[in-house]
Amino acid sequence: MVEVNLWSGLRALADGKDKVEVEAATVGEVLEGLVMAHPGLQDAIDAGVSVAVDGRVIASSLTEPVQPDSEVFLMQRLKGG
Amino acid sequence: MSKIHVTTTINGDEVEYLCDPRETMLDVLRDRLGLTGAKEGCGTGDCGACSVTLDGRLVCSCLMLGAEADGHEITTIEGMATGEELHPLQQKFIEYAALQCGICTPGILVATKALLEKNPDPTETEVRYWLAGNLCRCTGYDKIIRAVMDTAADMREAS
Amino acid sequence: MALDDRKTSGFTQVGTRPNRPDGLDKVTGRARFGADVTAPGMLFATIVRSPHAHARIKKIDSSKAEALAGVKGVVTRADFATGLTGENWNILENVMAGDTALYDGHAVAAVAATSALIARDAAKLIEVEYEILPHVTDVDAAMADNAPVIREGAADKSVPEGMHPNVVRYHESGHGDVDAGFAEADLVIEDHFRTEATHQGYIEPHACLATLGGDGKGELWCCTQGHWNVQKICAALLGIETANLRVTASEIGGGFGGKTAVFIEPVALALARKTNKPVKLVMPRPDVFKATGPTASTSMDIKIGMKKDGTITAAQGVFRLQGGAFPGAPMEFTAMCAFAPYALKHVHQVGYDVITNRPKQAAYRAPGSPMAAFAVESVIDELCRKLELDPIETRLKNASKKGTKASFGPMFDQIGLVETLEAAKAHPHYSAPLKPGQGRGISCGFWFNHGGETAVTLALSEDGTAQLAVGTPDIGGSRASMALMAAEELGIPYENIRVTIADTATLGYNEVSHGSRVTYASGLATIEAARDAVGKLCARAAAKWGIPEDAVKWENGCAVPSGPNAGDFDPMPIAEITKRMGATGGPIVGHFEATPEGAGVSFATHIVDAEVDPETGKTSVVRYTVVQDAGKAIHPTYVEGQYQGGAAQGIGWALNEEYIYGDDGRLQNAVFLDYRIPVASDLPMIDTVIVEVPNPGHPYGVRGVGETSICPPLAAIANAVSAAAGVRLRELPMSPPRILAALERQRDG
Ligand code: FES
Ligand code: FES
Repeated sequence: MVEVNLWSGLRALADGKDKVEVEAATVGEVLEGLVMAHPGLQDAIDAGVSVAVDGRVIASSLTEPVQPDSEVFLMQRLKGG
Repeated sequence: MSKIHVTTTINGDEVEYLCDPRETMLDVLRDRLGLTGAKEGCGTGDCGACSVTLDGRLVCSCLMLGAEADGHEITTIEGMATGEELHPLQQKFIEYAALQCGICTPGILVATKALLEKNPDPTETEVRYWLAGNLCRCTGYDKIIRAVMDTAADMREAS
Repeated sequence: MALDDRKTSGFTQVGTRPNRPDGLDKVTGRARFGADVTAPGMLFATIVRSPHAHARIKKIDSSKAEALAGVKGVVTRADFATGLTGENWNILENVMAGDTALYDGHAVAAVAATSALIARDAAKLIEVEYEILPHVTDVDAAMADNAPVIREGAADKSVPEGMHPNVVRYHESGHGDVDAGFAEADLVIEDHFRTEATHQGYIEPHACLATLGGDGKGELWCCTQGHWNVQKICAALLGIETANLRVTASEIGGGFGGKTAVFIEPVALALARKTNKPVKLVMPRPDVFKATGPTASTSMDIKIGMKKDGTITAAQGVFRLQGGAFPGAPMEFTAMCAFAPYALKHVHQVGYDVITNRPKQAAYRAPGSPMAAFAVESVIDELCRKLELDPIETRLKNASKKGTKASFGPMFDQIGLVETLEAAKAHPHYSAPLKPGQGRGISCGFWFNHGGETAVTLALSEDGTAQLAVGTPDIGGSRASMALMAAEELGIPYENIRVTIADTATLGYNEVSHGSRVTYASGLATIEAARDAVGKLCARAAAKWGIPEDAVKWENGCAVPSGPNAGDFDPMPIAEITKRMGATGGPIVGHFEATPEGAGVSFATHIVDAEVDPETGKTSVVRYTVVQDAGKAIHPTYVEGQYQGGAAQGIGWALNEEYIYGDDGRLQNAVFLDYRIPVASDLPMIDTVIVEVPNPGHPYGVRGVGETSICPPLAAIANAVSAAAGVRLRELPMSPPRILAALERQRDG
């Protein structure tokens, strides 16, 4: 299981939780797992998220690996200038 | 509206064209003569991207009518190098990276060439005030000012 | 990608300062920008725009315009695709209004004619009947109970119940218990800050040339930061297939984020389709101000607690951003960047995205971050002043480093904030004496940076030279950096590499040039493509020599036998291999197609001295120093240029630039004379210090440098001005009237 940290604004969509455990080996599976556990997160994820895995901000690549003990944070998708 | 027939000299060559009385010199250069080196950044005389010289005087070609060129001499960025040989300012701008995007560069080169012809030994402040009508959004002007000051020094030494 | 092959020293080309490959074109006027091309039979277009801040469009009558000689066609919303959803709908609605004009300058129709003058005359003949609606342009006013609703149902699910419908997105993040943290502090300061919207202010207005035939196939030439994005959006808005539209990026006259968005290209394509002729569309400068860019404006509350020794005990911020009539103000980045420089046990940040009757905001260099730094770094400065602490020592005491839990959640990897602070402290500027009437300010700044989809090919020529095709428009000299990296890998001279920005038909998808990603991502892709080509070159040499491929290595532009075969054969130069490549297996091309995900975040520290004239309220910036972590500077001159350019834009934002709206909701300063960006005589030389703390996610350690440079200036200047004037300035820009008012308030106690 991987522990995923949500930004606190998402709590309302995840039954009040800001940490969610999912079964996942990749970033893509993390996102699928989140939606499975809390369907309310679908829109926020569709709107664009990045996933920080052990401090590395993954902006789009769903295939990046995730370890069970990885530090995983959901973040909003970056738009630069 | 009937067009005006204009005979003028551009970068040393005699040129004839017909233009609408409302057309600016910048429109004529870019749209009628294919001289797109002068740029339109504002069309209101605020950015200097359209700088050319009229009988040696620095002007914003967006504030001048095409018809006004009749019988005068216009010089644009396209006339700055002599054949293959770049003007020392052009050379120095490349060396010093005095441009990032380069849209302001033609105007700034035309303007600084006019400055050095009037004043071969300008102070930094004089260069900065002379160029106050030429906007550059990319560079913060630092490398431009250095390029101008050093070119002026080189040219003084050479002459 | 294989980053096992990281190279951090022993560079022969990287780090040198050669002339840029496009230099000659740019100093002779030969370079072709957005507005510099023509096509046979080309028409000129003009867009008709709403003069009202908010109005229902009752009727558009173009009959008089169409009767004018030379007019070839008029388009309105009816000429675009229907049934779009999500961001495509937002973009279309912005590109051409539907039922309602949402801001002063919103496009409502467009006309194409045989000359620019006729098109302009025709635009005036298009009659639009409006029903004026109530409007709001200020962020706080738009959130108030009595504010007119700009669009029902625009809010997403993140918004807590009970908020005004103009609040369309909400963000909340942080960790710890801020109340407990504030209780530990010796001093807590809470303050309110505001910044006005500013425009990216690129000198080249948006421009394009479009053709779109009856067969649904189109060509588009335009100035953009990302032509694949233009292709995708235009295809959707026109209802054509993506691959049938080929987009070529012109030279680009500045972007800074403002040219990551699409504004006029779909309109030119719609007119081209309607008239069956090429259509050129160039935005007049007032339209650029009214209908493209700008940044969000902000209203922010910051509260920070500090101990007497300078330790920050807790920090919290509320950030309200308006981004015009559409969702998208980058409030989550304002919130996430705000406290990123500091290691905080207790931190909490809230963001609101608010819609108003202003143009749809566009990204501007580190979108959202500079405003946050302004507010937060002002409060830290005030805490240091009251507790009599050195501002750099205090920041060092709290600075984020590798392993710090960032204010936005995850742990930082290797970062260079401490190094920039140490370099700033050691810089002679920091200890130089000030003259009377002058003040010194410092500030840190943070930006994430970005990787993104990237495709590059590197094709070798028969004579051993190389053609590198990248897909990221070159905004500030990136072709020089790419050529340096390719030359480094191939071991051939810099001059032997020709770099081209490929069009959409010749490479895979490349994300927009944004997020300071070009030297990072296209650079990484260039290195990997070159390594791919080198592998193929080695294989050809191995075949010729009859030894295994892995027994050949690449050195100084030659294949060299290695291992047990070392010395068996003379080194084989690149040209010898490429000369025969047709007969030894065909053309040699290196590829890279991937989404690099290792863009390292970056930090900067700026020092500025300012002088305030108490009579006029005018501020002069007398000395400026930028210290920033570049990871690895590929072409140091262009890195310096990014530092200086960001600082200059920040100076404009801090002191002069602002969107000024009248009570009628109309923009009052849509020309450069009234929207005053810094001119040469406003600025001092801008000193730069390049710090290099390698980014573990790039083969050479590169971090993006383009954006972070605009994060600290707003606060650094505010701190300097506040010190010089003896009164805290909490609103940008610090224009002379605002400074005079602050001085007066202070005199009156
Ligand atoms: S275009 Fe002439 S001054 Fe700007
Ligand atoms: S180099 Fe871009 S405006 Fe000057």
